[in-house]
Amino acid sequence: MVRPDSSNTITPGFKDPVLQSQAAFRIVMAALAEPGVWHAMPGDVVPPPGLSRPAALALLTLADFETPVWLPPAVRTGPAGAWLRFHCNCPLAEQPSAAAFAVIDGSDPAMPPLSAFPIGEDSFPDRAATVLVTCKARDGGAKAILSGPGIKTVRTVAPAGLPPDFWRGAATNALAYPLGLDLFLVDATHIMGLPRSTRIEGAF
Amino acid sequence: MSFAGSTSSEVDYNYAYLDEQTKRMIRRALLKAIAIPGYQVPFGSREMPLARGWGTGGIQITAAIIGPTDTLKVIDQGADDTTNAVSIRRFFERTAQVATTEVTSDATIIQTRHRIPEEPLTARHILVYQVPQPEPLRKLEPSERETRNMHAWAEYGLMHVRLYESIARFGQVTTTYDYPVHVNGRHVMAPSPIPKFDNPKMHNADALQLFGAGREKRIYAIPPHTTVKSLDFDDHPFTVQTWDKPCGLCGATDSYLDEVIIDDAGGNLFVCSDSHHCETRRASGHRGTMLGEAVGAKLAGDTAQGGRST
Repeated sequence: MVRPDSSNTITPGFKDPVLQSQAAFRIVMAALAEPGVWHAMPGDVVPPPGLSRPAALALLTLADFETPVWLPPAVRTGPAGAWLRFHCNCPLAEQPSAAAFAVIDGSDPAMPPLSAFPIGEDSFPDRAATVLVTCKARDGGAKAILSGPGIKTVRTVAPAGLPPDFWRGAATNALAYPLGLDLFLVDATHIMGLPRSTRIEGAF
Repeated sequence: MSFAGSTSSEVDYNYAYLDEQTKRMIRRALLKAIAIPGYQVPFGSREMPLARGWGTGGIQITAAIIGPTDTLKVIDQGADDTTNAVSIRRFFERTAQVATTEVTSDATIIQTRHRIPEEPLTARHILVYQVPQPEPLRKLEPSERETRNMHAWAEYGLMHVRLYESIARFGQVTTTYDYPVHVNGRHVMAPSPIPKFDNPKMHNADALQLFGAGREKRIYAIPPHTTVKSLDFDDHPFTVQTWDKPCGLCGATDSYLDEVIIDDAGGNLFVCSDSHHCETRRASGHRGTMLGEAVGAKLAGDTAQGGRST
């Protein structure tokens, strides 16, 4: 028998999966319905290394055996992969094209481009991936001006720690509407929705 | 699994009746629906403890989003006190331990059959519609594969032909409920059988609107501040119903009125379909011309004198 060492011990998920996932979902849904607004995701869940708390809560809430999750290779083979397999029973996709959910790290230059993930089909645009992009801070980065459903006039956001071509990729993604990825930006404590319906402008 | 606070000896269902895997599936469908306003997302509609066609789509959405801190209002054709509304409200009181209300402004989730409340909804509200037929093109094209292609290619000419033929034959568009709308400039959507009077309330609304069709297994949504345009023509612009008389009970001139036949001689009474709106107005002293008569005939309670409609 192999005794697990501390590096691959699986830490707890939700204490009360029913009500905590309901609370987390309402935040995720509100974030997607109001693109560009940062929503705090509180909770006592300690995320495994490689996942921010909002990303961990969102995946605990939404992922299961039906939804392959793509994680960066180092995260997939680390504690976060085991944590998600244990708590969500979700397959871990090796290829971005197989993902229903994905987590990408904005500060890692080796991340696949947004165009690597499925954007749905003409007849079924809902069969597109939901991608959680981890950024460093909610402010201080390049400005992007958002408009579209969920936004009364325009909303300006400037998250820091995103890949240099992120906003260009996200704006291109929106042009494929009604196809496209649905994005969430997450930092250590907050989540912001960026669905495909959001039009993005800025100097990029 | 029993839920927190359960003390009854009844069979323990999961919180809000649905199992967690079903809720996750519905929640994922809801997110895609919000991301593509007006597009119908297929979902695995479950058997519910009432027949399909009685609001199972709306109930499944409400069950997937509701939590103990929510306050639920349920209306059926605008009324809080009809069988369907009372039953659904009681269902969530028992399975989800939520507070329920008839007061529109107190609610966080409003499940509705065929009306939008008269009181303007705010960002605190989520409006959940029960939808019998989610496909606006179904009466024109019975094939699901064809209608799916029509949505994929934004091929909506057939719908305009239908409206045109109505104008050509009758001089006006005769559709008065479930009047098709164009959402976010892309998808034509069935607003569910709300009167066309309510269509303008969907446009750039402050509230999130979710639609569930249980029998047809579709979920769709309109996020806040989304353009919702009722289909029309430049020379035949969209108009809503109007009435010659105000509400007979509360005197409202700006609400949707139902005709009620009150005797065997064809006498009628026009009353607000939104029962909470009408009662609130009467409680604050608004009097309709037929209120006295209706109270006398026990057709309405005189809210201003502490009564309640029965």
